[in-house]
Amino acid sequence: MTFVTALKCRECGREYPIEPSYTCSWCFGPLEVAYDYDAIRASVSRESIAAGPLSVWRYADLLPSERQESVDLGAGFTPLVRAPRLAAELGLGELWIKNDTLNPTNSFKDRVVSVALSKALEFGFKVVACASTGNLANSVAAHAAHAGLESYVFIPSNLEAGKIVTTAVYGGNLVAVDGNYDDVNRLCAELAGTYPWAFVNVNVRPYYAEGSKTLAFETAEQLGWQAPDHVVVPIASGSQLTKIHKGFHELFEVGLLDEDPSVRVSGAQALGCSPVATAFLEGSEVIKPVKPDTIAKSLAIGNPADGYFAIDAVRNTGGAMAAVTDDEIVDAIRLLARTEGIFAETAGGVTVATLSRLAASGVIRPDERVVIYITGHGLKTLEAVSPVVGPTATIRPNIEAFHDAFPALEESSK
Amino acid sequence: MTVIRIPTQLRELTGGAGEVDLQGATVAELLAALNAAHPGFGERISEPDGSLRRFVNIFVAEEDIRFLEGIDTPVAPGEVVSIVPAVAGG
Repeated sequence: MTFVTALKCRECGREYPIEPSYTCSWCFGPLEVAYDYDAIRASVSRESIAAGPLSVWRYADLLPSERQESVDLGAGFTPLVRAPRLAAELGLGELWIKNDTLNPTNSFKDRVVSVALSKALEFGFKVVACASTGNLANSVAAHAAHAGLESYVFIPSNLEAGKIVTTAVYGGNLVAVDGNYDDVNRLCAELAGTYPWAFVNVNVRPYYAEGSKTLAFETAEQLGWQAPDHVVVPIASGSQLTKIHKGFHELFEVGLLDEDPSVRVSGAQALGCSPVATAFLEGSEVIKPVKPDTIAKSLAIGNPADGYFAIDAVRNTGGAMAAVTDDEIVDAIRLLARTEGIFAETAGGVTVATLSRLAASGVIRPDERVVIYITGHGLKTLEAVSPVVGPTATIRPNIEAFHDAFPALEESSK
Repeated sequence: MTVIRIPTQLRELTGGAGEVDLQGATVAELLAALNAAHPGFGERISEPDGSLRRFVNIFVAEEDIRFLEGIDTPVAPGEVVSIVPAVAGG
């Protein structure tokens, strides 16, 4: 069973029934799922969670839909990896990486899509759709195929080749739109008024977004039911950061953490698309939309609807934000790979580059237990690093050739 | 005449219509005409001080008016104006 009580407007507090709906019909504020936390507290325990599946569905009591096998490809329960070498490079202490590259379609989007499609089935939808910068496209196409649902995935036509192939292979409809992500998103918001489909990031978005809380739940569980001191999260729409912040507090609310955690939350954006970080750094109350121009396409949302809530979370917890350049992103992808053996897509480069900046400026301190969220796999964005990495030697197939090349190789790997 | 696309959340004010035709040279004029033809629009999409609510987006010929001249953006005959609730991304 679920413990959902209503949809509630984040702006004006008006409540609505549990339906495929996403904005307050009064003030247009986004709707969020409300729960009966007392009932959850009576139902859930660390033991009941430990007995659950190794996926996001171990936290089903804190999610807005029933667990349904048909849309569970095994999203979630990804490794939390200690990162001592990266920490040493950056002058930090206890650093952990939530390696969400290891999801069924290699990004955190599988968490939200598993929840969204389960809810879509509950509502009786036969067709699912989304606007995507790529990772969501992969995940919706895969989960729809697994559940036997028809799918329509809308992407900007200039997306990385890898993300097009890794969506198209699942056989659903893939519609490339001549425009940027914000154009695609606006189109889908309008189509959602016409086509009776579950648009995962439009009319089932309140349910979909809840899936990101599992990033906080797992982190706490994997740390032995403790919250970290500081987290660094990439920002596209701002939803993931907001939900991670919410997730830690919910764990206390339902009795799974002993103390109300005071997790500092910091946000990462690419300079070429940094409307949220810019507003934060300027102390502005207004997020000005931008036209994205960055290699971090999975974060390239110029008109981020949850940006206001992300800024609130960061300000209220004493976190910070940074906007990093494309060169810093590429360097950070290589730094993470070189020090910890984890290959991240460009969004991960944004996160590591932000970690690096905030460590250098003293915002993130060596005495803090820090968790960074690496949310997508590097194989999705090979274009970002293929110009700057390659074989360290090319030789003929004989021993002498290797002998000749070896001194230079040995020198360069020191 | 200019076509204004109405989101589902506001169609109760238009008798269910997803589009209305109105006369106006700027977004502000069209919104005033919309409120006159279908009373109640103003308080739904604007703050008491008259500025647009922060989760309301308006597009002229598919471009967000915040990249143009805001509610003073001119609207040429034949251009479509869309009112769209802000939607988070993917």
